Amino acid sequence: MKKNLSFYLLLSLFFLLALFTPERIYAMHIMEGYLPPGWCIFWSLVSLPFFILGILKIKQLIADHQENLMLIGVGGAFSFVLSALKLPSLTGSTSHATGIGLGAILFGPFVMTVVGSIVLLFQALLLAHGGITTLGANVFSMAVVGSLVAYGIYAGCKKLNISLKISVFLAASLGDLATYMVTSGQLALAFPDANSGFIGAFTKFMSIFAITQIPLAIAEGILTVLIIDILYKYNKENLHIFQKSNIRKGVN
Amino acid sequence: MKKNIFLLLIVLLLVIVPFYIQENAEFAGADSQAEEAIIEMNPNYTPWFESIYEPASGEIETLLFSLQAALGAAFIGYYIGYKKGKSGNTR
Repeated sequence: MKKNLSFYLLLSLFFLLALFTPERIYAMHIMEGYLPPGWCIFWSLVSLPFFILGILKIKQLIADHQENLMLIGVGGAFSFVLSALKLPSLTGSTSHATGIGLGAILFGPFVMTVVGSIVLLFQALLLAHGGITTLGANVFSMAVVGSLVAYGIYAGCKKLNISLKISVFLAASLGDLATYMVTSGQLALAFPDANSGFIGAFTKFMSIFAITQIPLAIAEGILTVLIIDILYKYNKENLHIFQKSNIRKGVN
Repeated sequence: MKKNIFLLLIVLLLVIVPFYIQENAEFAGADSQAEEAIIEMNPNYTPWFESIYEPASGEIETLLFSLQAALGAAFIGYYIGYKKGKSGNTR
């Protein structure tokens, strides 16, 4: 009964979000129709293997421990909350965090590829944000690279025995920034500048996205540290279920 | 706990300071600026696909936004409460 309850809760959460996901100012979203068809197909194909790996990993996590489904739900919920909050940035425009880092730290890189894809699909269908045609490219920047970078930084920091809080902070904030850099690269590849080519276009898109994103990436890093802190407080006893590594008890 | 409150204050500062630095800015979304940049660099480019559905107004959008944040936060809160109750730790 209890097992089913958490599953249905998660299901209904995603269903409700599917119904009510608002438009987001997601700078990392390439707008519907703003990427030539060849590139749309290319990025979809590049993202596909990561997505399949994610599905397999989710199946395995749930088979390992029923409660993991709920924790994956928390990863998804965190991503939804953060992307609902458009924050002002120092450049005088707004953007927002991705919330991908948390799930990447908890489950490895591929689970969030799937969760992030769901988020992006909802947006494309219901919010006129991002797009169906540009879905593959947007999944690649946010849910593949953003997730991989966050996990990679976290794993690297852990190897170096850097404290958990700092590892999480760096992972979440750099994963966020990486997403925007990839988007800038994707747009520059598709729309090289007539005079200055790829580099010129890349610099231009980076100046729009990346600088706006720096303070928000810092905010995302801090918020991820806070939520991890809370999660670990109550998950200490079964921590090894979520991570096959031996994180030091306590978060300080 | 003290540490966490301090961290939250930093986040608040990050969000509030831009209004003092950029007093006259519009605070529009960064993605619309990207759209402008593309059109500026490629005046001949026409988008080849249109969004299927768009929210009816800014108000409707805001409604959906609040709802989304509330739902996400509710789920996280539910999970933490559930774990807290289970661990018998009611600090």
